Amino acid sequence: MARKEKKRDVVIVGLGWTGSILGMELCNEGLDVLALERGGDRDTVPDFQYPAIADELKYGVRYGFMQKPRNSTVTVRRSESETALPYRHLGSFLPGDGVGGAGMHWNGHTFRPMAEEFQLKSYVEQNFGKDLISDEMAIQDWGISYQELEPYFDRFEKVAGIAGQAGNLKGEIREGGNPFEAPRSNDYPMPPLPQTVDSNKFADAARKMGYHPYPRPSGVASKAYTNPYGMQLGPCNFCGFCERFGCYQYSKSSPQTCILDALKRKENFEYRTNAEVLKIELAADGKTAKGVTYMDANGEEVYQPADMVILAAYQLHNVHLMLLSGIGQAYNPATGDGVIGKNYAYQTNGGTALFFKDIDFNPFVGNGSNGHVIDDFAINRIDFGAEGFIGGSYISSGTFNGQPIRSMRLPGGTPKWGAGWKSAIKEWYGHSMAIGSHGSNMSYHTNHLDLDPTYKDKYGRPLMRMTFNWKSNDIRMTQFMKSKIEPLAESMNPDIMQSSFKKEGAMYDVRPYQTTHNVGGAIMGSDPKSSALNKFLQTWDVHNVFVMGANAFPQNIQYNPTGTVGALAYWAVEAIRKDYLPNPRPLV
Amino acid sequence: MKKFVKFLAALAVVGLVVIGLIIFLPVSRTAPQTNVAGDYTTTNGHGEYAMRMGDCMACHTADGGKPFAGGRPIESPFGTIWSTNITPDPEHGIGNYSLDDFRASLYDGIEPDGTRLYPAMPYENYRKLSEEDIRAMYDYFMHDVEPVNEAPPKTDLGFPFNQRWGIRVWNWLALSDAGHEDLYDDTVLNRGAYLVDSLGHCAACHSPRSTIFAQAGKNAEDDRYLAGGVIAGWPAPSLHGPQSAPAKWSHDDLAAYLWTGRNSHSAVAGEMTQVVGDSLQYATDEDMNAIVTYLRHINGRGEDKTTLDASSSNEPTETEKLLASADPSMPLGARLYLDNCNACHFVNGKGAPEVFPSLDGNALVVADTAGGLLDVMLHGARMPSTEKRPARLAMPGFGDRLSDEEAAELATFVRQGWSNDANAVSAEDVAAARSKSSGTHH
Repeated sequence: MARKEKKRDVVIVGLGWTGSILGMELCNEGLDVLALERGGDRDTVPDFQYPAIADELKYGVRYGFMQKPRNSTVTVRRSESETALPYRHLGSFLPGDGVGGAGMHWNGHTFRPMAEEFQLKSYVEQNFGKDLISDEMAIQDWGISYQELEPYFDRFEKVAGIAGQAGNLKGEIREGGNPFEAPRSNDYPMPPLPQTVDSNKFADAARKMGYHPYPRPSGVASKAYTNPYGMQLGPCNFCGFCERFGCYQYSKSSPQTCILDALKRKENFEYRTNAEVLKIELAADGKTAKGVTYMDANGEEVYQPADMVILAAYQLHNVHLMLLSGIGQAYNPATGDGVIGKNYAYQTNGGTALFFKDIDFNPFVGNGSNGHVIDDFAINRIDFGAEGFIGGSYISSGTFNGQPIRSMRLPGGTPKWGAGWKSAIKEWYGHSMAIGSHGSNMSYHTNHLDLDPTYKDKYGRPLMRMTFNWKSNDIRMTQFMKSKIEPLAESMNPDIMQSSFKKEGAMYDVRPYQTTHNVGGAIMGSDPKSSALNKFLQTWDVHNVFVMGANAFPQNIQYNPTGTVGALAYWAVEAIRKDYLPNPRPLV
Repeated sequence: MKKFVKFLAALAVVGLVVIGLIIFLPVSRTAPQTNVAGDYTTTNGHGEYAMRMGDCMACHTADGGKPFAGGRPIESPFGTIWSTNITPDPEHGIGNYSLDDFRASLYDGIEPDGTRLYPAMPYENYRKLSEEDIRAMYDYFMHDVEPVNEAPPKTDLGFPFNQRWGIRVWNWLALSDAGHEDLYDDTVLNRGAYLVDSLGHCAACHSPRSTIFAQAGKNAEDDRYLAGGVIAGWPAPSLHGPQSAPAKWSHDDLAAYLWTGRNSHSAVAGEMTQVVGDSLQYATDEDMNAIVTYLRHINGRGEDKTTLDASSSNEPTETEKLLASADPSMPLGARLYLDNCNACHFVNGKGAPEVFPSLDGNALVVADTAGGLLDVMLHGARMPSTEKRPARLAMPGFGDRLSDEEAAELATFVRQGWSNDANAVSAEDVAAARSKSSGTHH
């Protein structure tokens, strides 16, 4: 028999970026808010403090801040014909746990999608014809426009303290920014950081080829900054311990640096750590949630009643909880019925490494958001009809870190160990750079999430099963990027150049790290038959459950997701405050 | 010989009589200093605000303890004094206090049974309170504070300081008249002086102590007034004089420091962390303006609201050049700075506004007493969370990374780097600071 706790106005599942944002905004509305975080508590001091945090082995290799697969994982298969097996060792993607979530160990890249990406299906149909969308593709419009979301991108950029340079300010194109971005109402709240040697070298080469380099929008502070909550960031010193680490310098935008101390001051806010939500409990008619059941730190099951439930866990966990709780109908790829688990998508990346004997790049000087970017081959710059694919990439170069274990880029053919490896390290450490493409990934009827029939977690719940493989549309897209990056790289006259882009027939491999940009599975849209959430991130079927996060993306954007996740959270909470709370009901 | 014995006996008798008089002479409590109408009632929130400005909470609440239940240890040169329970609990708190009893504790340092309070309770300052503030606080403590039926540890100082009757003599010598005198023809300055001298009790730490350990200097006409003190090994910097922060900082910087514990120059550490966290952050705009205007006025700063900073030149200093050279043969102190401090405070020692305090020209760094600097270096420090600046920005302690010798080299380096010119620190100083328990970090 579960212990029953006092009823709350709102219970939030997960205390990362979106949980913190919703907590702050709903507390400001006067609601009694409880956040349940499955992991431990974390603060800059002591958990990220200098110099203990700069430990690549502990955090970079052994994943000190990531979820432990023994506690939480998925099973993975590439197609219906395979048997999914548990993802027992983290590789391809690294979900976090603990206060701050993945928002404390990210790199800080904070983009806005292009306006066309929110209406991708319509954009393709109108400009290139319906036939370009193959039968296996499941792409959709988001049910929301860039114009609607613009004020909330602006809000998130101010809260997170993003450093960058506007390229399109209210329609006016600005030198040095991204001329292809959708109009912004305001410049970034902070100027861009200085750039490293490789980043500037790339920008020079790109300019010579007529491209339009701009500094990567950065969740790493360029100066002392105070955000609208009074929270503060300090200027980055380019130590290069961003991704997989917490920032000891208060420089990286995170729930810790941007929200949590302000939220913890509120008397109507409480958070409990090591509290893992097992299920959302629905009322008898299934039309509303009445609370959640969670396991507390002592292994006791707790029933927490609440008037409203906000799912603010990582994309995979939000979808898993919806499947386990019976919110919405589970997707069936055989029939196409159901919506929970459909449109799982990932990110299509590639890159070219350049080695220069005579250039010393000092890679130990870097930061997670360093780099120049070009959008000359981004979604609104490509004739999909002519090129024969749907999608696009941004192309960038910059130094994130020069950490000794994982950042030893070596020419192909170098021995992996022994004297040959040592001499190559001596010769090449600090003498290479890379140009990467970071691209969209379309959704397909067969790439999806559901409950695994075999494997269960430590609570006896079925694990979630991921069925995912690369598809030829996205491989054509990434090969197109290769054809643009290689001439650019060649123009820089490297001594050695080597490319790594997926080729036709590539199979998804969970072992090497790719990106923690898992999206979809509980997508937003304008039709309850084809989406799990309405445009306000409210579940179609259970009106007092709102679901934050990248699970709402109907296919993946070409950019890193956090900017969009933050904007959607502010957009949704505005609708909750102004429209839902005065009259709780389905908003659409 | 017999005569001498007689003389001694007489002296003893006289002594006993004097002591008897000191102990038994009827105690006269100071009367209200202003006539308050008989039907006077305090306005809503006045009592809590006066409590905040008086910072009762900082001393009368233990770390993790219930509000106002006492039990916080206060280190004095004479031993540990434990703060008392001032909740309205009749048994262990002040539940049975009349208004006159309450006033006597604030004005005269006397409990209803005649027990003398140690002057760790700043009745030297509280005796300047207005009757309105006293009544408001009485009302607040009696009605708005939860009674806590807990007895804090008893203060037990060694002889002769356990003979509390002696405090009466000290009171005769140390205390000035009750009530606060308006010295200025300006309501803002008078309000500022009142807040600084009475509720704020700034002089309790920031004025030097006279030979009898009384606060030296009664008001701004005396150079000793607020000219800096030392509390439990920590420097309380001067607020009065050409090198003091109110003399150098802009109006807004001083206000930001007092409201939020941080500004473009510095950040609070030690006891001041609680003063900001429990008290000053609650000051109204009007009162903060009065405090800042007054503190700047007594340093000759008036309408001009700018910063006077000798070290504001953009030319790199010798220290900066040395650090930026990254020369492996640089002295140990400089190398330790690069390894431990430079990440946040940077080669120019300026840090970043409101986030990383400047070390160049920082009062704590260059204080005659290095105890505060060493405490922060060894044990770290954390800024208080305030409404305007909620972030509890923290510096970790480096005590486990630095030997006493290394910490001394490093402390000496920062005390003499850039435009700083303070004396060197020894390994013995560090050892002493290391062995001291640090009760001020929460």
